[in-house]
Amino acid sequence: MDGRSVSAPPAAQTSRAPGAAFILKKALISAFVALVLFSLMIGVRTEAGPQGQLVYWTRFDDLAVMVAAVFGGSILVELLRRWWGPVDTVRVVPPSVQSALSLARRLVAPVLLVFTFLVPVLFYNERYILDLAILVLTYVMLGWGLNVVVGLAGLLDLGYVAFYAVGAYSYALLATNFGLSFWICLPLAGILAAFWGVLLGFPVLRLRGDYLAIVTLAFGEIIRLVLINWQTLTGGPNGVTGIPRPTLFGIPLTPADDGLAALLGIEFSPTHRIVFLFYIILALALLTNWVTIRLRRLPLGRAWEALREDEVACRALGINTTTTKLTAFATGALFGGLAGAFFATRQGFISPESFTFHESALVLAIVVLGGMGSQLGVALAALAMIGGFELFRGFDQYRMLVFGMAMVLLMIWRPRGLVGHRAPTVFLKHSQAISSDLVKEGHG
Amino acid sequence: MTHPLLAIRSLRAAYGKIEALKGVDLDINAGEIVALIGANGAGKSTLMMTIFGRPRARAGRIEFDGRDITGVPTHEIARLRIAQSPEGRRIFPRMSVAENLQMGADATDSSEADRASGLERVFALFPRLKERMTQRGGTLSGGEQQMLAIGRALMSRPRLLMLDEPSLGLAPLIARQIFDAIRTLNRQDGLTVLIVEQNANHALKLAHRGYVMVNGLITLSGTGSELLQRPEIRAAYLEGGRRE
Repeated sequence: MDGRSVSAPPAAQTSRAPGAAFILKKALISAFVALVLFSLMIGVRTEAGPQGQLVYWTRFDDLAVMVAAVFGGSILVELLRRWWGPVDTVRVVPPSVQSALSLARRLVAPVLLVFTFLVPVLFYNERYILDLAILVLTYVMLGWGLNVVVGLAGLLDLGYVAFYAVGAYSYALLATNFGLSFWICLPLAGILAAFWGVLLGFPVLRLRGDYLAIVTLAFGEIIRLVLINWQTLTGGPNGVTGIPRPTLFGIPLTPADDGLAALLGIEFSPTHRIVFLFYIILALALLTNWVTIRLRRLPLGRAWEALREDEVACRALGINTTTTKLTAFATGALFGGLAGAFFATRQGFISPESFTFHESALVLAIVVLGGMGSQLGVALAALAMIGGFELFRGFDQYRMLVFGMAMVLLMIWRPRGLVGHRAPTVFLKHSQAISSDLVKEGHG
Repeated sequence: MTHPLLAIRSLRAAYGKIEALKGVDLDINAGEIVALIGANGAGKSTLMMTIFGRPRARAGRIEFDGRDITGVPTHEIARLRIAQSPEGRRIFPRMSVAENLQMGADATDSSEADRASGLERVFALFPRLKERMTQRGGTLSGGEQQMLAIGRALMSRPRLLMLDEPSLGLAPLIARQIFDAIRTLNRQDGLTVLIVEQNANHALKLAHRGYVMVNGLITLSGTGSELLQRPEIRAAYLEGGRRE
């Protein structure tokens, strides 16, 4: 740190780097504020005694630790800020580092894909990791689906879980009532969800931004409430049980005589089914990704992005904004529905409890965190959110706190999400990504 | 006599209760540049947008090439190859120049060959855009964005091009380039242009004919040079509102 300040010009040093006294003063003020705030929150603990009287005891050691942490943290933040320089500092990255970074960036997606394919092989004996991987992939798929609506078309949808629910219940009810197989119900669930997507789309055609968000939020709640209250059809809060598992071309993955294990002459293991489920959701997620990438290169996908950029301009160009919005809703809902059907078959049991607003918020957070419209970013964000959430299990009661803090920090440092740049879809000769850092939001 | 390319008869349009167009008559012949000038809030932009179907006409009639297009939805009007470069340019800032241009061709049924020849035409007119092909629209300068907005409109191979305030917020030199480009388009390709402008001097010099709009009504019309000579025009639009 000292070496740095010596090499900096003296004038810049005085204006940019605050002295030790300043840092100490700031830390002391922070510590004092923390002391006042925490003295009652942490310093004194109250509880109702056995006779209902007030019992309290002091925890000054905890208080001291908290205040010390704030004091030390404040110094640390100041030092970091000093090292990092003022907000507008332009850092020159050497070309060798730049090329290495761009190579790494290009390799992330393929490496991640190959690794994902190998997960069941690498972790065959670790059921926990396999289950977690399936969960992550489900959210990757949901994220990619919502990305069409929010990331590409710019329509803020807070009720995405509704389509997830429609897909799940479509499969569950069709399978338990009519005995249809997973592979027949899967497209049906997708189509039904897309149909509901269009149904939602019509009334909100004229809405944008906050208003759209509120209506979609309500839509998600309506679907959930219908599921709870339409007892004769959905079983209400009890949900639907005994949802059949998927089969491999009609061959069940069970220990029965006609099961896959018996046919192949190998010993049955419940892991077979987990691995099978893993590859189903991987295929579904990759399908979502492939369709989205293809659509982005077509006029329809381009119209979605244009719609996000400027709806008035779209109309001035004669783009049919009605069909553009409805197809975005329908496409997003379709993928949500497929993911829902998968969820139902994986769980074997679904109830309205699985489809609360919390899920919508989580998927939306994945899309925003990943960088709106970026496929790789959404995948990384899903991994970080779902995987990270599991990782923080060790923090116990502080899990949500740590998690929230991590999100806030990420949004401060990378306000456009993990992968903030947008790759153009029309090329002249070579593709060229433009870093979001060089472009201001909105108008140039 | 042949009918005009665009014929507007006693057109009325309103936003809620406020009437913006109170019976407008206007003709544009094929191959003409027509300028529409007037003060802020006179209804110039509304007229242009009403031709394009939004807001809808309350009364009156709009005919394009002999076909009644009153009340036809916007995207179908675009298919008849009427193109618009909206006020304030309104390019797509996060999309590349190439994508912005492709968007212009998307509303009409354009084949790959149409798109390629359209691009060639735009680049011939505005070579600057070719250099900026992979750049984001938002990183262009104001003048380049205006070129992009016009280029985007040209990608639909329009029979009628409507430009709303193409010189808005541009340095005089850049504005002149834009006007020169419009003149070139008209002379070389015989493109019919309706131009809405506050910059009355420039617009009337460029145009074959002009219309003056006041409070939702056409109050004067004539050839560009005729209008430029009229004392009331000079007083109202060219000499800073001074009365002689």
